[in-house]
Amino acid sequence: MNSAVIGADENLASHESYLSNGWNWRSWLLTLDHKRIGILYVITITLLFGIGGSAAAMIRLDLLTPHSQLVSIETYNKLFTMHGVIMVWFFLIPSIPATLGNFLVPMMIGARDLAFPRLNLLSWYLFVFGGLFTIYALLAGGVDTGWTFYAPYSTSFSSSHVFAVATGVFIAGFSSILTGLNFIVTVHAMRAPGMTWFRLPLFIWSMYATSLILVLATPVLAMTLMLMGIERTFGIGVFDPALGGDPLLFQHLFWFYSHPAVYIMVVPAMGVASEIISCFCRNPVFGYRFMAYAILAIAAFGFVVWGHHMFVSGQSAYAGTVFSLLTFLVSVPSAIKVFNWTATLYKAHITFHAPMLYALGFVGLFTIGGLTGLFLASLGLDVQLHDTYFVVAHFHYIMVGAAVMAFFGGIHFWWPKITGRMYPEDWARFCAILTFVGFNLTFFPQFILGYLGMPRRYPDYPPEFQVWNVLSSAGSSLLAFGYVLPLAYLLWSLRYGAKAPDNPWGAKGLEWQTDSPPPAENFHTTPVVTEEAYAYRTESAHG
Amino acid sequence: MANHAAAFAPQFDDAEQQRTAANLGIWLFLATEILFFGVLFAAYAITRVRFPDAFAAASRLTNLPLAGVNTAVLITSSLSMALAVHAARHGARRALIAWLSLTVALGIAFLCIKAVEYRLDYLEHLVPRLDFRFEGPQADQVELFFYMYFFITGVHALHVLIGVGCIATIAVMASRDSFSPAYYTPVDVTGLYWHLVDVIWLFVFPILYLVSRS
Amino acid sequence: MDSLPFFPARASTIAGPIDELYFAWLILAGVVALAVAVTMLWFAVRYRRGSSASRVIADAAEHARTMHHIEITWTLVPLALFIGMFVWSAEVYYRSIRVPKDALPIYVVAKQWMWHAEHPAGEREINELHVPTGSPVELVMTSQDVIHSLSIPGFRIKQDVLPGRYTTLSFTANRPGEYRLYCTQFCGTSHSNMVGRVVVMEPAAYEEWLSAHANVPTMASRGARRYQELGCDGCHGAQSAVRAPKLDGLFGRPIPLRDGRTVLVDERFIRDAVLLPNENVPAGYEASMPSFRGQISEEELLDIIEYVKSKGNATHGGGQ
Repeated sequence: MNSAVIGADENLASHESYLSNGWNWRSWLLTLDHKRIGILYVITITLLFGIGGSAAAMIRLDLLTPHSQLVSIETYNKLFTMHGVIMVWFFLIPSIPATLGNFLVPMMIGARDLAFPRLNLLSWYLFVFGGLFTIYALLAGGVDTGWTFYAPYSTSFSSSHVFAVATGVFIAGFSSILTGLNFIVTVHAMRAPGMTWFRLPLFIWSMYATSLILVLATPVLAMTLMLMGIERTFGIGVFDPALGGDPLLFQHLFWFYSHPAVYIMVVPAMGVASEIISCFCRNPVFGYRFMAYAILAIAAFGFVVWGHHMFVSGQSAYAGTVFSLLTFLVSVPSAIKVFNWTATLYKAHITFHAPMLYALGFVGLFTIGGLTGLFLASLGLDVQLHDTYFVVAHFHYIMVGAAVMAFFGGIHFWWPKITGRMYPEDWARFCAILTFVGFNLTFFPQFILGYLGMPRRYPDYPPEFQVWNVLSSAGSSLLAFGYVLPLAYLLWSLRYGAKAPDNPWGAKGLEWQTDSPPPAENFHTTPVVTEEAYAYRTESAHG
Repeated sequence: MANHAAAFAPQFDDAEQQRTAANLGIWLFLATEILFFGVLFAAYAITRVRFPDAFAAASRLTNLPLAGVNTAVLITSSLSMALAVHAARHGARRALIAWLSLTVALGIAFLCIKAVEYRLDYLEHLVPRLDFRFEGPQADQVELFFYMYFFITGVHALHVLIGVGCIATIAVMASRDSFSPAYYTPVDVTGLYWHLVDVIWLFVFPILYLVSRS
Repeated sequence: MDSLPFFPARASTIAGPIDELYFAWLILAGVVALAVAVTMLWFAVRYRRGSSASRVIADAAEHARTMHHIEITWTLVPLALFIGMFVWSAEVYYRSIRVPKDALPIYVVAKQWMWHAEHPAGEREINELHVPTGSPVELVMTSQDVIHSLSIPGFRIKQDVLPGRYTTLSFTANRPGEYRLYCTQFCGTSHSNMVGRVVVMEPAAYEEWLSAHANVPTMASRGARRYQELGCDGCHGAQSAVRAPKLDGLFGRPIPLRDGRTVLVDERFIRDAVLLPNENVPAGYEASMPSFRGQISEEELLDIIEYVKSKGNATHGGGQ
């Protein structure tokens, strides 16, 4: 076995790990260790989540009154745009893949690092660089087109910093592509002996499928943004009808990426949920193969349903019909997954630690979010619901309710492994429940608002909608607590938390067979895999 | 030769694994490139279907002789690149450097001819927004054609430039004896990239210069 | 039917079918969500660590077979349900977009940040739409600038309004009253102020309203005047020496084009003919019509379309 270790210190007094492996700036900012890069990403996206979340707070505060009183309507338009841009591209898309994925993919397959560590570091720098561009646009006065940048408003009418934001997203897109490329190659080429495809943890399957989407869909976004940016700068019309262009072409190109993008945001969460649920059930995930195939099916089908964002756009009715049918089909694998997570609880030995509460919350909120997606897939009904708060509620149930809860669950679950510390369990359970309650209170009223007809992106709204908006804003204050408190106690635990054993949860999975926190090379000796994934029920057979 | 018989980066178990990884990595990267250009081709195709006459007229104004020469140049450079990879596989260091140098030269030639072509286009008032002039119907759509023409060929030329840089770097590494039959992955990987750049041109050339020309 | 809590009033003939679809989904989704929640809760309690429930799986092979059957079942049952709902919702959708032949056209031009409606009889409205009950109405809409979207939740209808082309929306109102009208595609600063109201009136009241606004020129007569002003008659008129298609009886007919296609002469055709005349040159004619882009507004274009429509029922088939 190759014993070249990346910069190990000969410090025998304390437990040597990837964290103690150098303390200066260079050892962090020029690290090639996937675990450190994962942590760099955690810090960056937490900052960006804070910015995007502050925008959300302002939005919900402003919506307490039917007339926009807190901010001007110009500012409101910029707030919801920046909220969307930052949360989608600078928080959700990287969140689980670039943080937990970077940390865990090599470990779960028994490798020492990803296939291309330098590309990994480059991806973080590109992400930071793209983020800086976007922050610049914020400070220079913001963007007001909505995160969807529809032409011709974005190309020919908006006087905001569209080009800067588009550039920031363009750069960050390369970060996504590199991460995805790294994961795919790593999973193909670097699995430990005995780690066959169908012994892989479902988290790896989900990272693999997500990476396929990252690699294949992001280039489309890059080119679409480039075409839009150049049209805006030079006034040559690919999209603007006044210049001879076609505005629907922009929508088709944009959604061709942006629909698969939502699967980039939710498929990793599904992977996290499978790991957590099986561990705290001490049960293998029900229907492992169906789960793996479902993940791949979701990723594949996700590429052919983009037109369901365009049912009333002027797209032909026939195209709409095809997209509607395909959208119903893509819901089937998601439904299978929900049933299988539920069935994993059957004849299990369940404990309710914080990660499990987050994971169960994920299943519940994903179920509601997914079911409401079916309302929107129904052609006849979508006419009423399109561009209303029903859509806002639907996608927040998936992207926030499901994906963010799974992200928090994963952070808690692997916190002992990543940091070598335990978080305070009671606080964490409280936050999981608070988040769940606050989330429902925030977003459920929005379903009602949607059918009543309240449109999206409205700083001023008719007074009869106020009661639901007030309920929603009240809920969002709870949600804010649910998100901020973990930051506090997790940071606290870095210094004062109990030292974590190697496997505090008794979980299966290669990452738990090594130290907490792990050594720089992940494993002291390369593991050899002899049992199936989630071999909880055959514990007596293997030590 | 043979000083790197067992060289591989620490994250890999052996050289074989590193080679597999590099190969898979470059193919994935090529897939993303195909999608990049695919969007441009799709936008071009859709716009062309909307304005067939204007695009046909505009297509006739492109510089077929120069582009034809460039096509020959790129195809030849792919051949020299393939021969370079072959030389690397067999440890023929001098041949490797020679073929790589020829590829670089041909790549630079492509870029120079392209620059000349762009200059001629400018003198004929075919550059959008820069003194563009077209006497005839549907001048706006003809300008749109040239916008796409410069965008697509420009992005392609950027890829050629990057490729030239990579191949030149590989040539320098070869002159420093960095490669052997056991390890020539960078040559292999760069070769694949260069072939893709060539293949993309083989799509760009007909759709911009040839279709509807007559 | 009076409005239920959480539901907007039903004011059009399609509102009922769409609400039915919504109720069906509410029930289906509610049942599934409840089933999942109850099952999870039940398992969570019954199989919590330390409980006395049995975890033994007696016959592993039998168990695996049963589980496999369960998997197949809960794959196929949702699939069948989804296909059923798809068919139903598609059927409702096609019903909602069908435009009856006798629909009364109303023309809408959207612009930042207001709705401008024009009735063929000449009435113009800003951010308001007066319509009668019981008659099908077709809104022919375009935007002067960016993409807007017209939404009337009480009718359960919505359609994006695009610059450069016409999109249509049709409905039959069946409940007098006032209903909100919104722009539902973000269109700039005052997007949320681009709201208005639809006033649905009984036929008698609607006639009264029409006659109160009777002393305005009809759209067709405004169109005829603009047609003269722009010199269209110079080529398209009966006395013209220039070979140009005559417009009598032209609207609504399919005609062959020079490039071999056959197209329908509809609103879009007329608009393109005026702004991009060389796109669809009719068979047997030269591409010699000048473009009037920049000389004619969206509203004037609609007037001219009404004018051409008004020449549509001539007994002779029009010049060719």
